[in-house]
Amino acid sequence: MSSLRRSTRALIALFALGWTLVLAAADRDYGLAPVRIADDTWVLVGRSEDFSFANGGNIVNTAFIVTSAGVVVIDSGPSRSYGEQLKRAIARITDRPVSLVLNTHHHPDHFLGNQAFAIETLAALPATIKGIHSEGGSFNENMYRLAGDWMAGTEPVAPARQLAPGPLTMGNHRLELMALDGHTDADLVIFDRSTGVLFAGDLVFNGRAPTTPHANLQAWQAALDQLAEAPFATVVPGHGPVATDTAPIRQTRAWLAWLDRNLRQAAEDGLDMTEVLALPIPAEFRGLAVVDAEYRRSVGQLYPAYEQRALSAERRKP
Amino acid sequence: MIKSALLAMLLACTCSTGVAAAERGADPLESPRWADMRKEMFPASARVVFDDKVKVTAPLTAENAMNVPVSVDASALQDVREVLVFADFNPIVRVVRFEPTGAQPSLGFRIKLQQSTPVRAAVRTGNGNWHVGGTWVNTAGGGCTLPSTGSASPEWQKRLGEVSSRVWPRKEGGERIRLRIIHPIDTGLAAGIPAFFLQDLQLTDDKGKALMHIEGFEPIAENPVFTVDVPAARATAAYRVSGRDNNGNAIAAVIEK
Repeated sequence: MSSLRRSTRALIALFALGWTLVLAAADRDYGLAPVRIADDTWVLVGRSEDFSFANGGNIVNTAFIVTSAGVVVIDSGPSRSYGEQLKRAIARITDRPVSLVLNTHHHPDHFLGNQAFAIETLAALPATIKGIHSEGGSFNENMYRLAGDWMAGTEPVAPARQLAPGPLTMGNHRLELMALDGHTDADLVIFDRSTGVLFAGDLVFNGRAPTTPHANLQAWQAALDQLAEAPFATVVPGHGPVATDTAPIRQTRAWLAWLDRNLRQAAEDGLDMTEVLALPIPAEFRGLAVVDAEYRRSVGQLYPAYEQRALSAERRKP
Repeated sequence: MIKSALLAMLLACTCSTGVAAAERGADPLESPRWADMRKEMFPASARVVFDDKVKVTAPLTAENAMNVPVSVDASALQDVREVLVFADFNPIVRVVRFEPTGAQPSLGFRIKLQQSTPVRAAVRTGNGNWHVGGTWVNTAGGGCTLPSTGSASPEWQKRLGEVSSRVWPRKEGGERIRLRIIHPIDTGLAAGIPAFFLQDLQLTDDKGKALMHIEGFEPIAENPVFTVDVPAARATAAYRVSGRDNNGNAIAAVIEK
């Protein structure tokens, strides 16, 4: 009898402990604080870090525009919990419903908050949707490994609505959707002609070394040249602080151009990958956040292709 | 005077602790697997010492466990006969073994890792002693139990064993050969995909005289790239590579300049 009571008590204790853990996970607070950068326009600036258990994946910038036709959200963040907290942050500012959630590209920190929003509001470029379907699951698993508890309950959700480039009027805001590529196969840029805000997604990094797991360095630089021409007043990068000039565009482009030159030269000089990793990073980039880690990752991701070109037989044909 | 005496004392101390540590078998990488490695890789009677002259270069953190770059350089040692590269915590510990019979005792390659592990090179010199160097590589891993990209694509079947290569003059003298071989290299640890890997590669000069023999094991990365340096005395107009995988598929190519 007493032993039965003991085991019952133990079970209750375990149950309570389980719930405490679940609630603790659910309670993790990203401390999202929207900053107003233009009329109707707010940005939530993430940390210039790598994914970690400490930041819960909040290394990304998300944004929203409160239009007369509802709220337009630009990127949903790295987890279900982030998406839910983003929704609450929006609700503190406006009682208008979220009518459109745009995923700028298929990297996990830009779409894993999708679960928090109504499925019919989600939209992205066709190749982004395809990327979420094919890689979303492994990205999500990887995020659990990198950010732990913060990811509790997160599942990848792909938008159904496919976007095409061109004008998109959302109430009193005249948006221009640009379908570019280079950071990934499909990089959506949103230019709000009504406020002059350019939401550049991860084509633009500011003060942080760019990530390149799906990069095409040539296409990316061409996309940046196009963005530099846009008549914007404010640029919201995918990572790093908001700016009012082309400096982040030029900085990102300079890094990519250096990376491309450096890797090509290294391959032409016959360097082994370990020797490429040991090459010095020029002084102008030393100040970028996580520059050493991103350089290391970029060499791993990109050098084999340069190497292959330098070794291929076609190269020696006249 | 006092300074030099101090220096001598200091040197004596460093040397004696160095030897003592080696004899005790204290692993500078402090791997719990070292005792097993000692037993498994070397005869009980062999003299095995940890030696900084054996340089193993690899990134401290490797994001892509399928393709971790490693360079081994034992050129600070004299009379190198063979080099065995192994990773303590890999499910298949042995990575590659090479005999630099004319080339420099160094090799660049890439490997698959299953988890964070020391990556070591054990170098046997002419007197039979083994010199061990190494470095830790941190990785989320999984590289050994994933199927190769090639196993899911028909391309490698058409191009299996294809070699692309290039030779560079080195500013230190001599030449550098880099070569890439199309091969899926499956470890046999991914469900339903048998082990399939490069087992034997001979690098020779244009007269067929041996420069390096490479014995590969399962953890070498897919479509492997090797970097080999040849001293000026052994540089020739062209080189040859020949060998086979564990299924008997032949590899043969001339490495032209």
